[in-house]
Formats: sequence, C-alpha cells, structure tokens
Amino acid sequence: MAEPDVLVAPSTIEYPFRRTTGPVIGAFLTALREGFLVGIKSSDGKVIVPPVEYDPYTADALTEIVEVGDAGEVTAWSWVAEPLDGQPLDRPFAFALIKLDGADTAMLHVVDTGGDPAAIATGMRVRARWKPPRPVGASEEDDATGAHRVGSILDIECFVPEGEN
Amino acid sequence: MPELILPARLQGIEQVRSFRAPARLDYQFTAGLATTRFLRAVAEKRLVGQRCPKCQKVYVPPRGACPTDGVPTEEEVELAHSGTVTTFCVVNVQFYGQVMELPYVSALILLDGSDIPIMHLIQEVPYDQVHMGMRVEAVWVPDDELGPTLESIKYFRPNGEPDADWETYKDNV
Ligand SMILES: [Zn+2]
Repeated sequence: MAEPDVLVAPSTIEYPFRRTTGPVIGAFLTALREGFLVGIKSSDGKVIVPPVEYDPYTADALTEIVEVGDAGEVTAWSWVAEPLDGQPLDRPFAFALIKLDGADTAMLHVVDTGGDPAAIATGMRVRARWKPPRPVGASEEDDATGAHRVGSILDIECFVPEGEN
Repeated sequence: MPELILPARLQGIEQVRSFRAPARLDYQFTAGLATTRFLRAVAEKRLVGQRCPKCQKVYVPPRGACPTDGVPTEEEVELAHSGTVTTFCVVNVQFYGQVMELPYVSALILLDGSDIPIMHLIQEVPYDQVHMGMRVEAVWVPDDELGPTLESIKYFRPNGEPDADWETYKDNV
C-alpha cells in the first residue's frame, strides 16, 4: 500500500516551569551555588547526599545539614556512547553514582573521561569540576545561559578522574 | 517543620528557593486523511465537514469517524463561513508564548450546518459585548496568504444578524 498523502507539521510543546525547592533541597542548591556540597544527617547519624527531608527508615523529619567533600568514589556507572540533546555533556561520558567523601550514600552525576570508556571503573576516585561563580548583578537571562553557578545540580559541570583538575 | 541546622557557610546568605525546570517536546503532528482534506480545503478558503451516516451529525474539523457511532464519516459537507458563539472566554492573563493584546476573546463557534463548534478568536467588537448566541462570520487572511491551517482565518467578527435562538445551539454548550 502506498503511503497515505497526509499533511505533517513540526510541533513544539514547551513549559517554562520553575519549581520551588523547600528548605532542605534549597540548602543543597544554595551550597552548590556557593561551590560546595552538603548532605543531611539521618536518624542513625549517617550522611545522606543529596539531603532528604525525612529519614528513609524512620520517617523522622531530618534537620542537620552537614558539609561533605567534592570528591569521592564511583560506586556504579553506565557509559553513554551517544549523548542526547539536553544531557549534561555533548561528548561520550558516564552517568555514575558517586559516594562523596563524608557521605554514606551515593549521588548521581556524570563523569567525563575525555570520551574514553576504558578510563572509568567502579572504585575510582573522581572530583567535581565546578562552573565559575555567579557574577554580581547577573540577570535571570544570564543565569539561563548555564555559564555560571546558579543553584543547580549542573553547577557541577561534571566529575573528572582525581588529579585531572 | 522543625528548624534546619545549617553549616556556618550557609548561614546569613540568600537561600535558593526555586530553580528553572523547563520542559520541551519537539514532535511531528500528522493530520490524518480526514483532517488533511479539511486543511487543504481551508487553503482554498472553504470549510468542509463530514457527516455521520447514522446520526447525521456533521463534524468539523473531521477526524474520519463518528465518535458516537464508530462508523466512517465519508460524506463531505461544505459549511458556511458564519456561525453562532456557543460559549466564550475573556482572556485577561498574560501567558508564555501568547501574542494577543489583552483582554481578548476566545470562543467556541458553531458553524452553520455543523454539529460541533470550533475554537477561534472574536474581534472587531469590545470584549464585554461578546455573548452566547452572537452571530459571527469568518475574516480570512488575504488570498495569497491562505494555507492549510486554521490561521487562514484571522478571527471571527459579528455579522450583524440577530442573536441565534437558544434551541439552535443548546446541544453544544
Ligand atoms: Zn454518528
């Protein structure tokens, strides 16, 4: 059967959402904007990164935000050979779970090995590569460019093998 | 919620309270056979619906089948360029991507000869004079700007006829 002769048009649906964070994720994002990382102390004293509002086991409200390191250990990873539009890097990279120094849980981010899939391994040490600080007087349009830190998980451009930055 | 205990470096500075999370989806809209025929007729400055062989309702824009009877709607029906406002909405709120000057009126218009209203703009009348039953007519773009899109109709405007009888559009509100 021949292809039906029908009209086709490109369409775009777009929502300019802005989400509110609440105080706990707000503290995490504020720390990112300032160039460091925080977690939260759970009921049994472990440090959860990113911080959560309630203890995953006891459901207690958690309150103690604590600083953690910006380097840590890869606990699991998945190689992305062909990055898609909108992903954090435009060259091959790894999504990785990274247990930061001082944390008891691993956080999802990306690791840039310069495109080399052989250069990532479970257990390897990685360190955050930060974007530059937010310039004084930056506008909302400036913030949307992604060129500097704004209070976003992408304020960390990526993690790289320790010693490379 | 109990008070948070913040490390010193987070105290006394402006806290992040929200973040941008835009969502965007690029896709292709495929009109299908019936709507393609409708849109090609619009490009010729004609409005064409399709009649259901069972319930006799005329659908515009046609989708090729009657949603009530589940049968193909093959008979094409040429419709008037005039109709009746069944319901309407005065838009007072600016929103992302919106190009109209506020306030403006978006209305459902039951084209004469059809059984389902289409949505379009009402212009050339103060927004607070638009009402249910108002008789309106299509204002088309210039002929050399016609295309297979409902934007070929710029808007509808009052056509001067007395209001339509409630009975003629009560099934469409
Ligand atoms: Zn029917």
